[in-house]
Amino acid sequence: MWLYTDTVTEHFQNPRNVGEIENADGIGDVGSLACGDALKLTLKIEEDRIVDAKFKTFGCASAIASSSALTEMIIGMEVAEAEKVTNEDIADFLGGLPKEKMHCSVMGREALEAAIADYRGMTLPSAEGEVVCECFGVTDIEIKRAIKESNLRSVEEITNFTKAGGGCGKCEDKLVELLRQSVSEGLKIVSPEVKPKRMTALQKIKRIEEVLDREVRPGLKMDGGDIELIDVDGDLVIVSMRGQCTSCAKSETTIKELVEKKLREQVLETLIVEEEK
Amino acid sequence: MDKVVYLDNNATTMVAPEVLEAMTPYLSTLYGNPSSMHTFGGQVGKAIDTAREQVASLLGCEPSEIVFTSCGTESDSTAILSSLRARPEKRHVVTSRVEHPAIKTLCENLGAMTAASYRVTMLKVSETGLIDFAQYLEALSEDTAVASIMWANNETGNIYPVPEMARAARERGILFHTDAVQAVGKIPISLKDLDIDFLSMSGHKLHAPKGVGILYVKRGTPFAPFLTGGHQEHGRRAGTENVASIVGLGKACELAEQKMDEENTRVKALRDKLETGLLSSIPRSMLNGAKDQRLPNTANISFEYVEGEAILLHMNRFNICASSGSACTSGSLEPSHVLRAMGVPFTAAHGSIRFSLSVYNTEEEIDFVLEKMPPIIAELREMSPFWPGA
Repeated sequence: MWLYTDTVTEHFQNPRNVGEIENADGIGDVGSLACGDALKLTLKIEEDRIVDAKFKTFGCASAIASSSALTEMIIGMEVAEAEKVTNEDIADFLGGLPKEKMHCSVMGREALEAAIADYRGMTLPSAEGEVVCECFGVTDIEIKRAIKESNLRSVEEITNFTKAGGGCGKCEDKLVELLRQSVSEGLKIVSPEVKPKRMTALQKIKRIEEVLDREVRPGLKMDGGDIELIDVDGDLVIVSMRGQCTSCAKSETTIKELVEKKLREQVLETLIVEEEK
Repeated sequence: MDKVVYLDNNATTMVAPEVLEAMTPYLSTLYGNPSSMHTFGGQVGKAIDTAREQVASLLGCEPSEIVFTSCGTESDSTAILSSLRARPEKRHVVTSRVEHPAIKTLCENLGAMTAASYRVTMLKVSETGLIDFAQYLEALSEDTAVASIMWANNETGNIYPVPEMARAARERGILFHTDAVQAVGKIPISLKDLDIDFLSMSGHKLHAPKGVGILYVKRGTPFAPFLTGGHQEHGRRAGTENVASIVGLGKACELAEQKMDEENTRVKALRDKLETGLLSSIPRSMLNGAKDQRLPNTANISFEYVEGEAILLHMNRFNICASSGSACTSGSLEPSHVLRAMGVPFTAAHGSIRFSLSVYNTEEEIDFVLEKMPPIIAELREMSPFWPGA
């Protein structure tokens, strides 16, 4: 059982500003079903001031509470002021979050940044960074920022705040390096415990979903079909065809030739794609 | 309802009042050491003998085949490591992808535990969580030392054909272990006619206290103790006996035997009512597990597009206790390995709730849960960015 503050519990039980603003001036959509939490933030902005904010969140109590708190904090703020809101501010507003749940507050800040960038028609700087944690798609820019802003001292703390390193753990060396780079800024480094290197399904799932979205689904949808990722077991990728594709005699060919080829090219050379029976 | 509605009996159970009553003297006046020569200690030894008989009666085996341990996990480790020592030339283990961490993590770390290198086959399961028998047979090889398949799954309640699997192993000279922690007391078991070499069970899953378990070791099965030291348990498990808990476990087994029919009739009917009610009143909900091959007390249901921890905490406001396979409830970042092995889509895996009943549940409680759940799910879906509408 998590130890949540009364404020977290209160915001979880009575969330403020749930919903979606129609014709929003800024939209921030972060997270995914596979990752276990997602937040869609919509803003109404008049003369560079946030006059309304609404959210929809899929996730645990602290994700819902963080989203609710975020909207309460930013309504009435000027955009320039809202830009300075950090995940720490969100966590502080809630009286603190369990350390393993700090990434919920980070998700709030990310959605806010994305919504503001959308309002300004700009690309987020973090999106231009190099992806360090492929499991959860976290870039070096996001990690460095979290290290600096939240004064992180270990890989474990980076994982708690950004999710980076929480999947397969393969990026651990890079995380240690990013921590080292912060030494010049006067931070103490705690060496992480050496964990066995393992590859979890989550890393692959994230990449596979991206490739399916970008390369496969658009084509299938034109034919009234769709594809769903069911499971990844080692190198075996189980998918299921949806819609028109279910009855299509060519679906096996589609899977073998199209999906497997794309996934091998863009994710991992050894992947085998099979359709769920 | 002020009272706690406890539907989390696969996690742990209430200590039965009769069990507590049977234990109490051994925590106060009857504190002797069962190994002592004097009558004062000896009478405690007799209480352990009685408990051993009560356990053997429930399992349909000889009392001498029962070894008391500290928990199911200890029993599992003992059985597997003992099997590997008994078959030192063999380097292969067969198990499934849906085992409890007590087996799963052990099998993933056999190298570190034994300083030898093992090949482990983790059998796949179908979308209802069942193991293909042909696949199981195919996995058994000349090199297999032990096969370990759970009797019933803790998350879905699925029951596996352990008697048939044990026979196939025996025919090939392979030792067979089953983690029966969830099965014992819920479904009838009679070990004397079966080819099971080792069976693990745990006290706190059947209304005995936490911190006591047993390992059944079939007569004639080669055995190497996990804990060595004194001669307790006939040299099979050293360490002074947890007397009060052992006495409690014995009593709990006696009660379970008496209530076996009730578990499979009244409790099963309550589970079915809960399950049918939830699936029919809540759209986009689905059953995880094999409907007709399950424990009578377990229902695992996924509510799509919502997250399990959030559901549990809303249920908690009404004092309704259950569990979830979502990532957030475990503190890890990935959902249940059992649901993932079954290929439950992510849309549903994060929103899975396990209800597990006991003979202490009432129809009034089930009605209460059936009334409270639909609005909880609806409210969370209202705020889910993925909810496409019913």
